[in-house]
Amino acid sequence: MTSAHESESASGSHEGWSPLFELAVREVFKLMLDSELAAPAGDAHPSPAITSMVGMAGQLNGVLSVQCDEKAAAMMASKMLGVEVSKGSTDTSDAVGEVCNMIAGNFKNKIPGLGDGCLLSPPTVVTGKDYSLCSRGDGPALEVKFLFEGTAIVISLQVHS
Amino acid sequence: MPIRALIVDDSSVMRKIVERSLVQAGLELAQVYQAGNGAEALTLLRENQVDLILCDINMPVMDGLEFIKQLSGIEKAKGVPVIMITTEGSESHVVQALSCGARGYIRKPFTPAQVKEQLLPVLAGKS
Repeated sequence: MTSAHESESASGSHEGWSPLFELAVREVFKLMLDSELAAPAGDAHPSPAITSMVGMAGQLNGVLSVQCDEKAAAMMASKMLGVEVSKGSTDTSDAVGEVCNMIAGNFKNKIPGLGDGCLLSPPTVVTGKDYSLCSRGDGPALEVKFLFEGTAIVISLQVHS
Repeated sequence: MPIRALIVDDSSVMRKIVERSLVQAGLELAQVYQAGNGAEALTLLRENQVDLILCDINMPVMDGLEFIKQLSGIEKAKGVPVIMITTEGSESHVVQALSCGARGYIRKPFTPAQVKEQLLPVLAGKS
């Protein structure tokens, strides 16, 4: 899928990236999970029981993360596999990691120059609630919040200068 | 005619999605082998004959491009078409994969229709 916004380039301003970031997220959920994401009501924020991260290095350096609770993670795995997946299954963290990976790839392929100029790390998935995520990123951060099947999820990209 | 497929991806969820996409694309599967990286896939191919290989690029231990390069050393794998399925959708990755011997390239996220579009000409020997 393409968009009029895809004229933004890796070397240009990051200001125009926000709609592409949101589009990249929506496409992954639509194509791979057959799910239309909805805008959250109010300041919905998940209790981040699962956080998946993919590092980006090259013309863009940063970390893309997906944060959700166990219910949303299990739902992602269920929608991807077409079968019921229970909370805590190894498939749940694998699914959230793969969603994060696909969003990162889909986003960078929408920015001219980033497809070739930016490599992705394998996803890392952290489970548990008692932790904080600290990034050395000092650049702009993109963040989108959605309701996925009624549950809040947060996808963010912390850019390092 | 039922085919024997090998799916290579470090994500077990993605391997299952690819298998389901093959069925949704109308392929009749006689056997599906799965491997978590290129090295595991090479080991499988020394013992088993397959008709089609679908392979990720970014994997630990041995990535998809190195896997394709080493395929020529395996008698059972000669002539078996390889389709890459990966998030790395840049032009240079596509060119690199095709120059290594891949017969097709599918970017994640994908639809079953896109899988079918890539697979049918390959399996019909037209690619």
